[in-house]
Amino acid sequence: MNQPQNTENQAAQTVDEHRRNFIGTSAALAGLTIAPGVMVYGIAHSKPEQEAVTNKVRWGMLIDSSKCADGCTDCVSACFTENGVSLPSTPPKETDSQWIRKVELKDMRTGREQSLPVMCQHCEEPPCVDVCPTGASFKRADGIVLVDRHICIGCRYCMMACPYKARSFVHEELTDQSPDVPRGKGCVESCTMCVHRVDRGEKPACVEACTKAGHEAILFGDLNDPNSEIAKRIASKATVQLRADLALNPGVRYEGF
Amino acid sequence: MASITFSELKDTSSRYWFLAGLIGLFAALGLGSAYYMEHHGHIVTGMNNSIVWGMPHVFAVFLIVAASGALNAASIASVFGKMVYKPLAPLSGLLAIALLAGGLTVLMLDLGRPDRLIVAMTYLNLKSVFAWNVVLYTGFFTFVAVYLWTMMDKTMGAYTKAAGMAAFIWRLVLTTGTGSIFGFLVARDPYSTSLLAPMFIIMSFAYGMALYLLVLMAIYTGSGRPLGDAILQRLGRLLGVFVAAVLYFVFVYHLTNLYFTKQHAIEKFILMDGGIYTTMFWVGQIFIGGVLPLVILLNAKLRASRTLLVAACLMVVAGGLAQMYVTIIGGQAFPLNIFPGWQQSSSFFDGAIHHYAPSLPETLLGLGGLAIALLIVTFGVKVLRFLPASLADADVDPHTKA
Repeated sequence: MNQPQNTENQAAQTVDEHRRNFIGTSAALAGLTIAPGVMVYGIAHSKPEQEAVTNKVRWGMLIDSSKCADGCTDCVSACFTENGVSLPSTPPKETDSQWIRKVELKDMRTGREQSLPVMCQHCEEPPCVDVCPTGASFKRADGIVLVDRHICIGCRYCMMACPYKARSFVHEELTDQSPDVPRGKGCVESCTMCVHRVDRGEKPACVEACTKAGHEAILFGDLNDPNSEIAKRIASKATVQLRADLALNPGVRYEGF
Repeated sequence: MASITFSELKDTSSRYWFLAGLIGLFAALGLGSAYYMEHHGHIVTGMNNSIVWGMPHVFAVFLIVAASGALNAASIASVFGKMVYKPLAPLSGLLAIALLAGGLTVLMLDLGRPDRLIVAMTYLNLKSVFAWNVVLYTGFFTFVAVYLWTMMDKTMGAYTKAAGMAAFIWRLVLTTGTGSIFGFLVARDPYSTSLLAPMFIIMSFAYGMALYLLVLMAIYTGSGRPLGDAILQRLGRLLGVFVAAVLYFVFVYHLTNLYFTKQHAIEKFILMDGGIYTTMFWVGQIFIGGVLPLVILLNAKLRASRTLLVAACLMVVAGGLAQMYVTIIGGQAFPLNIFPGWQQSSSFFDGAIHHYAPSLPETLLGLGGLAIALLIVTFGVKVLRFLPASLADADVDPHTKA
């Protein structure tokens, strides 16, 4: 009696192995089949190179200062690495380019302390674009404010006009530039909201770094899409625009302070 | 009035060439500095990401503002019909063009990319005050050049009044544009006011007139041509009125700011504890550039002394440069208030008083602009008939008693 039972068990085990192998192979095949599709899906949702940007989207950021960790500068490091900007010297010099910086705040009345990143606020009505004599400062249809390095004459009028001290002037010759991010001596530069990444369907480097550090203090998304997380948060919570009195409607918003 | 004869400066003495050489040396030093700055980048200047406009802009804006004012004598002659000023008009036009050329040279050579001048002239963002100024500068050169033509070519004499009127209106628009470069800066508390446009116009009257008087006296004394006291008395008194008007505008500007609580911090900085800027304001702009010259210029006896008149003009010029330093650099030294009610600090110097120490090259560039302007005048009066052979009282206005 025992022998036939053993034979049955062996047969069942062989069947199980076949089934397991079959499922494994199928899964692998399915993975191989779906993977390019997923990649294509990703590419499909980023902007094709030849396609012009539209004002259907308005890229923006929401920075929650209550989640921004005191002493953490991961967003700054990530930005500088991504864009090929040298980290500020120690001690910092006023000629260093700084596309993003952590500002320490202390309430003058209560002494409450806060820390948050400040970069180009990508205004809807950017004063830098208004004053630029050649039109080198410009705003893309999707709200990203940029400097065209080909026609910037280095007059620095935009730096005089920016209420956020967001722009830097390149004071000396540069080396080791990132191929994605053209820069040059004698021109003005500032946060591009990592436009080269956004156009590939990725998030800006600072946002990614903040998430990676576990803080998730910077939320990036389309302000025009009512279903985006950023639009929902802004619709449901009290958020702040820096220098709201100037009515520039910046694309970067803050909460928690 | 006796007919006025205009003639070139026939002076070929070693003194003339020495002076021309000295001015030329400063112009060359300015150009050399610009090359040095262009080669190394602005790292060799005192300017930085907080004080983005420095010494070159102090000189450039001063020269551009003074250019408009240098046209005073011509405007009074042609627009307001004061015949006494008529012989003074051609030099007035020449100095206006020269000062504007000097100022623009500095402004252009300080650009991060001076090689892109053609871009600045061909890509115009029509919402930019700077772009408007490109048009205004070009227009000023054209209007004053045509005006000079109508004055110096007898066949064109009939058009002098019309050309003078056009140049007069254009210079007011030009200085409105220069003042608005700062007046339209919404983000910065010391600047965002329309008062800056008329204030710059009245400053142009004073600075331009002071430079005009200095150039006039230098040329006539140097060349040995007669220069009457009556004309100097008139111009000196007029300069006194302009200096008083400048002080009035400065008073109103600060009074308004002192009334607004939100402006108290910047006012305290400029007027009380701004260090070099406070000193520049009270000692340079107000005392040396305002009160002292006013005492000389509004007193007929003091004004009658040519030495004191020259001193007054030099003080107005020095005060004007101090005013530009306080306005342009002091205005930037005070930090932007991005978070009102919060004490701010960062590696980018948020909330801190910004540091600026002008370097030699940028100062030489600024002085080079002044030298270029003077070189144009020195050359101009030698080759063309800008100067009356005599400005003696009897020749200019026999009825005038000094």
